[in-house]
Amino acid sequence: MSFSFSAFKRKMLLGTIAAAALAAPLGGMAEAADFKFAGPLDAYTLDPHAVSNTLIFAVLANVYEPLVRRNAEQKIEGALATDWKQIDGTTWEFNLRKDVKFSNGNAFTADDVVFSLTRGQAGGIKANLNSIASIEKVDDYKIRIKTRAINPILPNQITNWYIMDKEWAEANNTVQPGAANNATETFANRNAMGTGPYVIKERDPGVKTVFAPNPGWWDKKTGNVDNATFFVIPNPSTRVSALISGEVDMIDGVPPQDAERIENDPKLHMQAGPDLRTIYIQPDVARDSLIFGSEKTKNPFKDLKVRQAMELAIDTGAIQKRIMRNFSVPVGLPIGKEVNGFDAALGAPVKPDVDKAKALMKEAGYENGFSVTLDCTSDRFMNDEATCLAVAASLARINIKVDPRAQPTAKWATQVNPPEYNTSLAMLGYSPATYDAHIFLTSIAATRDAKSGLGAFNIGGYSNPEVDKLIDLIGKETDQAKRTGYITQAFKLMKADVAFIPLHQLNILWGVKDNVTVVQPADLAYPLRYFTVK
Amino acid sequence: MLNYAASRIVQTVIVLLVISFIAFLLVANIGDPLAALLSADATVNERLELIAKLGLDQPLWTRFLHFIGNMLQGDFGFSYRTQDPVANLIAERLPATVELAFVSLLITIAVGVPAGIYCGVNPNSLFGRFIMLISTAGITLPNFVVGILLIAVFSVQLGLLPSFGRGTVVDLGFWKTGLLSVSGWRAILLPAATLSTFQVAFIIRMLRTQLMEVGQSEHIRFARARGLSEARIWYVYAIKNTLLPVITMLGLQLGNIIAFSVVTENVFAWPGLGSLFLQSIQGADIPVIAIYLIFVGLVFMVINLIVELLYPLIDARVLRRQT
Repeated sequence: MSFSFSAFKRKMLLGTIAAAALAAPLGGMAEAADFKFAGPLDAYTLDPHAVSNTLIFAVLANVYEPLVRRNAEQKIEGALATDWKQIDGTTWEFNLRKDVKFSNGNAFTADDVVFSLTRGQAGGIKANLNSIASIEKVDDYKIRIKTRAINPILPNQITNWYIMDKEWAEANNTVQPGAANNATETFANRNAMGTGPYVIKERDPGVKTVFAPNPGWWDKKTGNVDNATFFVIPNPSTRVSALISGEVDMIDGVPPQDAERIENDPKLHMQAGPDLRTIYIQPDVARDSLIFGSEKTKNPFKDLKVRQAMELAIDTGAIQKRIMRNFSVPVGLPIGKEVNGFDAALGAPVKPDVDKAKALMKEAGYENGFSVTLDCTSDRFMNDEATCLAVAASLARINIKVDPRAQPTAKWATQVNPPEYNTSLAMLGYSPATYDAHIFLTSIAATRDAKSGLGAFNIGGYSNPEVDKLIDLIGKETDQAKRTGYITQAFKLMKADVAFIPLHQLNILWGVKDNVTVVQPADLAYPLRYFTVK
Repeated sequence: MLNYAASRIVQTVIVLLVISFIAFLLVANIGDPLAALLSADATVNERLELIAKLGLDQPLWTRFLHFIGNMLQGDFGFSYRTQDPVANLIAERLPATVELAFVSLLITIAVGVPAGIYCGVNPNSLFGRFIMLISTAGITLPNFVVGILLIAVFSVQLGLLPSFGRGTVVDLGFWKTGLLSVSGWRAILLPAATLSTFQVAFIIRMLRTQLMEVGQSEHIRFARARGLSEARIWYVYAIKNTLLPVITMLGLQLGNIIAFSVVTENVFAWPGLGSLFLQSIQGADIPVIAIYLIFVGLVFMVINLIVELLYPLIDARVLRRQT
């Protein structure tokens, strides 16, 4: 009896020590918490290689991991690779992290990386992996990637290339990535097998996605969110109501007009950080007339003075204040401040000067102006239609009669996107996924070339051989300082040409409960591992 | 009777074919699904490849024949957007919409029928006029305004009911129901009430007019002359004559509710067919939109057919007119 009693006491004591030992490293950290959040749209699929889409990457980044990832400060750091180096111009070597397991217990090795590259290159994300020519497994924890050309920024380009378990994919017959014309639904569409901090516990497409912690994750979360649920609430006022009534802890896509209401609520606050996306206007300078406008014999946009006048007439400060309610930042370049290659001097917004603009119009022979249709989306970016109307009003001051045509993105895209480019003046937006200016230059600023794919989204058909030369140099230059110099030079030329008329960089608007601390990356991701609920 | 039924069924099939064709034509011009499927920096070659894969380069009639052919074999195609089979998507979302329609029909009957009878029997009473005033609001206020108002009051101010979603759902294997849990019932109240506002107001007005008309008819006057009690006259003789058209209308309205719950579902993030339809339109998801439109056409046609086939049972003169 006495023996068992002392044993009990000893157990108690041990228990206390164990509890103390457990508590020590956690000192000050809040307990594991549940987290609910809502956004306007759902990720189309859980297949990381099927479609290249920001929202899919945003959701999947909690489940799958790339070789290199972005941390809370948006700097590149190792995820499934511990370190990497460029051996020669076209070869990168990655050392892989050892002792990493997929959430089903399978070990992560170089085979999974090789498999995921093949799978990715067969799927909708192949454009993101375009620069990769081949991959070679050196041993189980070392791989080499050959790039098609000299490539100094490969790590930046592959942060959305997620590694999937090869054995799992083979066992579930989902070696091929999902595609729109599939004869059968692929298993990976609704199931996921990655190495990330969370696993998908439940998925109801277009309704909700439930995340549970992955106990075997190799890294430590800095936040305390254990179980998280992502709801899709398409209607903005319902989303705001769900936050105010406390049903969710955070919402994405707060309408600017509701921001004040959230700020005024004692238990809530707004989290408004920069979005990587920049909105700009691009005139058609390729055709010899305006296809949607009054000038049928010549194209006024070919005249530099007209473009300069337009830039001076558009009051980006007024758009920021009146239309965007200060949830945007006017910029002088079509790339945002977070993008590698952004130059602060060039990036300062242009001051509006209507008198000078009028004088330029007179010099160009368009004192009485002309009329043109501005093609805009109505459901793609925050307040895009209102911005479109504001631009039209601005340009009316220099007698350019702008007829704003705002359409749903699906309809707008058939008209404006390649191969037709059916527009005379378009409002566009671009978010460089690599956080680097080069992707903007190759797909939007370079002279259109159907064969190489360069300038595919150069909607206005801008072409400057000197810029093209610089783009080529930027692609090959491995010396970072020189490379940045070339980028600045290219943007200087484009700015002098007024190839693009930048309006603003958008903000990401989250409404958050005061007891929640979040990290808000510019690429629209939801990195739950950094979120803390007190 | 057989002849009558056969001719109605043949008509239904023809109309369905026409609906399919119109639905297909509409969605073929809705926009560019490629915008959602391709990344912003895809090359022209990738674009052409995808167009060929999806068969978007084929002439319209080839695509339609292909579409109808597949549909008749039970293959409804794949969603461009979610890459799920369309049949699965519709089957998954159907229970939510049907339950919403069912509960809103219950509310309509529970509120609309008694209120309508009261207004019909006492058209000049103060309370009756008050009901009519409210019902005018029910008919004129758009659904989304009603929904947002209800959310503002019951979710935000009072914190009584959830503002979105379906609550806890119980999977019966063939049907996911929210009607077996408390949270499911709490979640369905606001959207069902929103959806029923128009129906309630409609039924009240219809019953009132019908009863007032019947109240003037000869058999009622005769009953009154015989000295029957007022209650017996109204609740036994008058109502019998008004319920048949009301039931017919309720049946047709059920089709309406299933088909046009789009707005209400959007406001409450209700995971039904309406939400699916809106999400598909945003992504120009042609296969889903086409099948949805045909499905809604089918629901309407079937309800219509049932009503038409029931007519001879209610009123034998319909058959006599045929011959």
